[in-house]
Amino acid sequence: MTKAIVLGASFGGMEAIKNLLFMLPAQCTIPIVAVLHIGNNTIDTYLSMLNKNSHYNVKEAEEKESIKPGNFYFAPPNYHVLIEDNFTISLSTDEKVNFSRPSIDVLFETAAWSLHNELIGVLLTGSNNDGANGLKTIRELGGTTIVENPETAFAKTMPETAVKISHPHFILDLKEIAGKITELTNE
Amino acid sequence: MSLHKTEIQDIELNLLLQAIYMKYGYDFRNYSKAHLKRRILQRLKLSGLKTITEMQKLILWDTDFYKIFLKDLSINVTEMFRDPDFYAAFREKVIPDLRTYAHIKVWHAGCSTGEEVYSLAILLKEENLLEKTQIYATDFNKNALEVAKQGIYSKKEIDLYDQNYKHAGGKHKLSNYYTSKYGSVLFDKSLSKNIVFADHNLVTDGVFAEVNLVFCRNVLIYFDKKLQNKVLRLFSESLTKRGVLCLGTKESLRFTDFDNKYSVIDSKMKIYKKLPETK
Repeated sequence: MTKAIVLGASFGGMEAIKNLLFMLPAQCTIPIVAVLHIGNNTIDTYLSMLNKNSHYNVKEAEEKESIKPGNFYFAPPNYHVLIEDNFTISLSTDEKVNFSRPSIDVLFETAAWSLHNELIGVLLTGSNNDGANGLKTIRELGGTTIVENPETAFAKTMPETAVKISHPHFILDLKEIAGKITELTNE
Repeated sequence: MSLHKTEIQDIELNLLLQAIYMKYGYDFRNYSKAHLKRRILQRLKLSGLKTITEMQKLILWDTDFYKIFLKDLSINVTEMFRDPDFYAAFREKVIPDLRTYAHIKVWHAGCSTGEEVYSLAILLKEENLLEKTQIYATDFNKNALEVAKQGIYSKKEIDLYDQNYKHAGGKHKLSNYYTSKYGSVLFDKSLSKNIVFADHNLVTDGVFAEVNLVFCRNVLIYFDKKLQNKVLRLFSESLTKRGVLCLGTKESLRFTDFDNKYSVIDSKMKIYKKLPETK
């Protein structure tokens, strides 16, 4: 059974995450933890917009917070997000990984270590290489991996690298991903 | 990698932490596990070793390797006036209170390489409070402390620091406080006159002074809940009545045993005031 979804997106990611979230059906309440590269900007306005318009409780991930169904957690700008074995969140101000903090790899790797096959990893649009190695770890530890189709993604480098490095289970257009998640979590 | 392998790695990790504690007295057993594991596996990869068990042997028998390893576990990325909004809030909401004190004692716990110690000293100087302030800046990493003591930093970062300083409400120019030489900047000795840099381990050492202000930013995030509570107890025992506690902006007393022992001075910037004991 899937316990959580981890999600990574970079360039074009605000729009992509919004579209994906709005396509998830109301019965889908599986917790989602996301890293969105956004530089040093704040994401408060974006999060409250998502929160208002979706059935998820969308919030910034807090230090030592337990991960709960119905919640959609975003990494705070400038902090890495890590998932602990006891299904809580840790933050860190460690050096950047792939020139990024938060880094998708850090989230994906630590989530894979604690959730193994009870995890779905989803990587969306972006123009750097973050997330590919993390997705590979998720796959190696038994999780399910989905990458947005590089051909139709807003920016294709990140999904393209992830396809090459991690050999994901599914390569899907953005509009197909919500359906696949619903299917996988209903199994 | 199979599932089996990560489980064995977790066992190895716990044994390694136990071994380090027994041999060297450094206790990482209640650090955030995900965080430790990332750093340890990184070092494993860099040193071409296959398992944490192989690494344990080196850590126990090869002191040089251990020193590198300890550095891996203790380096905290920091910057001057990190989170400028915090310093602005501190200036506005804590300084007026500190001004009323005859003497001010500050404990900067986990000061790492000292960038934030000098930031605080500059701020206090601009508020004419540095002369009556004693700052204890502590860390368990002796290399980091040495850097902090020197007060010499790379010029590469200085533009960012300057921006932060301005954004934090700095009253002059950051360049008033340092001299440049060969790609480095040296901070003015008048800033460190009242700073004592000392070796102190938050995990294993106790209270060493009574202070009006505890400054501990982005240190607790590396600890598990149990250790966070232990360290917060240490801070509470060190603080005077109505002493002030400053944490990192993403740290919080929520989810800890000390939530109701402090009032909030600034909820977003995580500035707290110790409440009088209710016992």
